[in-house]
Amino acid sequence: MSNSGTAGQHSPVDIVRIEPPAPDRVVAAMREAQARRKLRFRLIFVATWIIIVGGLLLALKAGPRFDPSFLSNWWLYILGGVPLTLIISVTSISLAVVLALSGALGRLSRNPVIYATASLYVSLVRGTPLIVQIVFVYLALPQVFPAAADVPVVVLGIFALAFNYGAYMTEVFRAGIQAVPRGQREAAEALGMPEGLVMRRVVLPQAIRIVIPAIGNEFIAMTKDSALVSVIGVQELLWRAQHIGQANFRNMETLMLAAGVYWAITIVLSLFQERLERRMARGDR
Amino acid sequence: MTDSDRPQYPLATMPPHLGDVIVRAHGVHKFFGDNHVLRGVDLDVWQAEAVMLIGRSGSGKTTLLRCINFLEEPTLGTIEVDGVRVEADPLGKRQKGHREEMRQIRLRAGMLFQDFNLFPHMSVLQNCIEAPTKVKGFGRDEAVAAAEKYLDKVGLLDKRDEYPARLSSGQKQRVAIARAMCMGPKVLMFDEPTSALDPELIGEVLKVMEELAHEGTTMIVVTHEMHFAREAADRVVFMDGGVIAEQGPPEQVLDDPREEATKQFLRRVLAAR
Repeated sequence: MSNSGTAGQHSPVDIVRIEPPAPDRVVAAMREAQARRKLRFRLIFVATWIIIVGGLLLALKAGPRFDPSFLSNWWLYILGGVPLTLIISVTSISLAVVLALSGALGRLSRNPVIYATASLYVSLVRGTPLIVQIVFVYLALPQVFPAAADVPVVVLGIFALAFNYGAYMTEVFRAGIQAVPRGQREAAEALGMPEGLVMRRVVLPQAIRIVIPAIGNEFIAMTKDSALVSVIGVQELLWRAQHIGQANFRNMETLMLAAGVYWAITIVLSLFQERLERRMARGDR
Repeated sequence: MTDSDRPQYPLATMPPHLGDVIVRAHGVHKFFGDNHVLRGVDLDVWQAEAVMLIGRSGSGKTTLLRCINFLEEPTLGTIEVDGVRVEADPLGKRQKGHREEMRQIRLRAGMLFQDFNLFPHMSVLQNCIEAPTKVKGFGRDEAVAAAEKYLDKVGLLDKRDEYPARLSSGQKQRVAIARAMCMGPKVLMFDEPTSALDPELIGEVLKVMEELAHEGTTMIVVTHEMHFAREAADRVVFMDGGVIAEQGPPEQVLDDPREEATKQFLRRVLAAR
């Protein structure tokens, strides 16, 4: 420290004060820097995707055997399968939820017959391939029940999908019901509620809250698996793409379009799903 | 009830404000596997009496409480609450009828839990009117009026539309008390109602309970709050090793215990303070 003036005396003028930055300004600056870093990360993320996917497409197009312009006549027809894909997914998942709820209650039942029935359903369906179940409904059922031949293939497909997903989701629902704290059931019982009421008013509403994110996952998986019903002639997205592709030897173009559409649908659904999950995680309501 | 069967008040003098016997637990045993937790407990509780169960953990206080309203099935013994008498049915021989008997007991014996167990998906008011409307068949208006009365009593009428997640632990327990009161039980049973509370919130819950006791609510309380027991109890019951080791008026049991086990327990509890 320099010392002007008389020795031994400190003059306040000599002390250099460095004003520390106000804490709130530091915090604001940090937050800004963080936001900038986050934005930069996202931009690079998107750019990387565009470069990889665009590069592949360009490489394909450079060759003589790939002609996306072929799609200009057909894309509308192929995309026309999207509504059916969505309808199949939504109805199947709804039916599956009902089956899963019954299945879960069955798997938690003290009645041995009900428990055995529900367990058989889960075991049988999970132990056989979905594609076998779909073909079974289409080919084997009408042999024994001729009336099944008159049922539209879409309906058969929806039943097969719902039946299959119901079994998988049975275990999800069962876990959800068991995840409701024991004290909830006890408190309801202590209020004199009979068993059915305890389940309906106290346990299930909480279990469903727990399970909703999982249902979202299953729904996303369902939109993809709905493509399997094309094998029994349901004219949804994949069926149309395959149909046009094979007839014109343009399978690469049509199937890429179909795959791209499935991809886009699942991305959109995943965004909803993430938001839903975040909302469920936030409040206890 | 034969004359020899008629319950005798277990202490020398019976407080004058007590009515008839409301709760009788007779010869109650409970095994958890090979663990013999209750070894023959007889406990009678008179109307308007506040009975505090104390004792070290594992002595069977909570199990006894849970056996009285059949949240645990007693292995042996008889429970009677307000005239409903139920034999233990450990082998499940009577199943369906037994389930209804247990429900009848529970309608008469309200229960408060350590961790409140409010229904998180229902508002405070809905918590309070759910069972009265769905179980007792009260009309909605009637149930709401009762709920508001009891919420006001526990000082939480202004929270009637909140969800439990937005309440403090002390408020949750007070709502739970109101919810139990809404069913018009003959006896309220508290299972360590303040054990899960933040220390500064214990007082507000104990205050409500003390008021209830002074107003003549019949209650059985498992508690570690010795000060509260001294203030609010008509009778303190000390349990040890699955039996009632000593009971008496609070001054006697807490200040001048006769049994060595009681003395030891109290020394330990008071040393911990």
